[in-house]
Amino acid sequence: MKTLVWVEHEGGAVKDATLSAVTAAAKLGEVHLLVAGESVAGVAEAAAKIAGVGKVHVADDAALGHALAENVAPLVVQLMADHDAFVVPATSNGKNIAPRVAALLDVMQISDILSVEGEDTFTRPIYAGNAIATVKSKDVKKVITVRGTAFEKAASEGGSGTVESVASTGDAGLSSFVGAEIAKLERPELTSAKVIVSGGRALKDGETFEQLIFPLADKLGAAVGASRAAVDAGYVPNDYQVGQTGKIVAPEVYIAVGISGAIQHLAGMKDSKTIIAINKDEDAPIFQVADIGLVGDLFKVVPELTEKL
Amino acid sequence: MKILVPVKRVIDYNVKPRVKADGTGIDLANVKMSMNPFDEIAVEEAIRLKEKGAASEVVVVSIGVAKAQETLRTALAMGADRAILIQTDDEVEPLGVAKLLAKVQEEEGAGLIILGKQAIDDDSNQTGQMLAALLGRPQGTFASKVEVEGDAVSVTREVDGGLETVKLTTPAIITTDLRLNEPRYASLPNIMKAKSKPLANKTPADYGVDISPRLETVSVAEPAKRSAGVKVADVDELVAKLKSMGVAA
Repeated sequence: MKTLVWVEHEGGAVKDATLSAVTAAAKLGEVHLLVAGESVAGVAEAAAKIAGVGKVHVADDAALGHALAENVAPLVVQLMADHDAFVVPATSNGKNIAPRVAALLDVMQISDILSVEGEDTFTRPIYAGNAIATVKSKDVKKVITVRGTAFEKAASEGGSGTVESVASTGDAGLSSFVGAEIAKLERPELTSAKVIVSGGRALKDGETFEQLIFPLADKLGAAVGASRAAVDAGYVPNDYQVGQTGKIVAPEVYIAVGISGAIQHLAGMKDSKTIIAINKDEDAPIFQVADIGLVGDLFKVVPELTEKL
Repeated sequence: MKILVPVKRVIDYNVKPRVKADGTGIDLANVKMSMNPFDEIAVEEAIRLKEKGAASEVVVVSIGVAKAQETLRTALAMGADRAILIQTDDEVEPLGVAKLLAKVQEEEGAGLIILGKQAIDDDSNQTGQMLAALLGRPQGTFASKVEVEGDAVSVTREVDGGLETVKLTTPAIITTDLRLNEPRYASLPNIMKAKSKPLANKTPADYGVDISPRLETVSVAEPAKRSAGVKVADVDELVAKLKSMGVAA
């Protein structure tokens, strides 16, 4: 089987989520990549070094600059004439593009796969991860999004893919990019961090969140996450949200501070290796999944912890 | 401008789903069902656009069992004008739903179609994007802000790194994220009024669309359970644990 993996990149670098998608694709067969964007020769070169990669298709065009699904999907559809599976990391860009491609190919997408059981059989989470479905696709071509935390990252060095230019299918004239407010990252990125400190609504307000969670995270070199309640209450922006509909994370250590543990939040972090919970309510559901629990007032415990680390 | 809002009847947000003993799916017998939360946000957004004068009519459509009527009545009680139920007992996958909705749009000619970004049962996150593809129209997914500007719509999207704004020509498809709005509760008089609003009954056959499934569910199982660990008595003990794990120096 010949697979085509869509390469997620930013600022001229391949994003880690791509590497997990490559691992999933390699379980299906030959791995080809698609690098689409504006001035992406450097990205293509880096992508060609990913272990196990064959051909790297590069489409360089201003119309592909912001990964607009309307412009990327027709290009993918053209390339899919020669490929059997389109494999995409389940990032916000990947989730935006893949279903558009699937519908154009008349294929039912398999979302957010956790494992490859065979060339047409996959497991995927449903009901916020409260159940795992094994599904078999009857479509001739497959369109798949890959949950990054479920697959090892392919090595970013050691490969020797060949780079080949493909013509862009141009601007569909349906959509245009206006602007972005992308948070400046002062800390590790949530989806690839080894340690995450997350805060919940119990932190009271944005200022308190910042004063308690950020110093602890910085002591541990950790990324900062949040529950939906904390994001809804405006303590931190949306890109901090961990959960069913936010980011899915699986770090070595996940420290949940003042998070009660709604099933929607657990869906986003319960595959973490070690979960540590700090909560004043000893009956909070978070303790049912935590490896280490500390019952206490976070306003006292967190500063003390930061101090003693 | 007309706005079309597809809604899905799903397990209530607060119910913990249980896997059936025979591993064929989730046990939905006697379980509380509600409108998919993201679809409620979609209905609310459409109604707000109408209240602002940006839209003239809000049409809600659902594909599902007869009881999906209740979900449509909820949307009517919130303020939608009329409803269409495409009734089927079969489970319809996102691709099939998108194909049916494309046919509905052919008849309705809405300027905006607003959908939830994902249903909380199958967590697919596909239908809106697929519908946009089938209609050859633009998509503004994961929206946290929608502004209609003449024959274009500006959509602010929640993306991995923060927020992004795109401009789409209408007709356009929008899928909602959590922060777009806070849906209203229907008042009692509006619930009463909703009972007399028009609701058309259709079947998939009326639209001549093949909705046979492409994915076969082989089995459904519970995920590996995490068991509760230990409780530490104080911060010192926690620090010691973190040090022994190599997380802290």
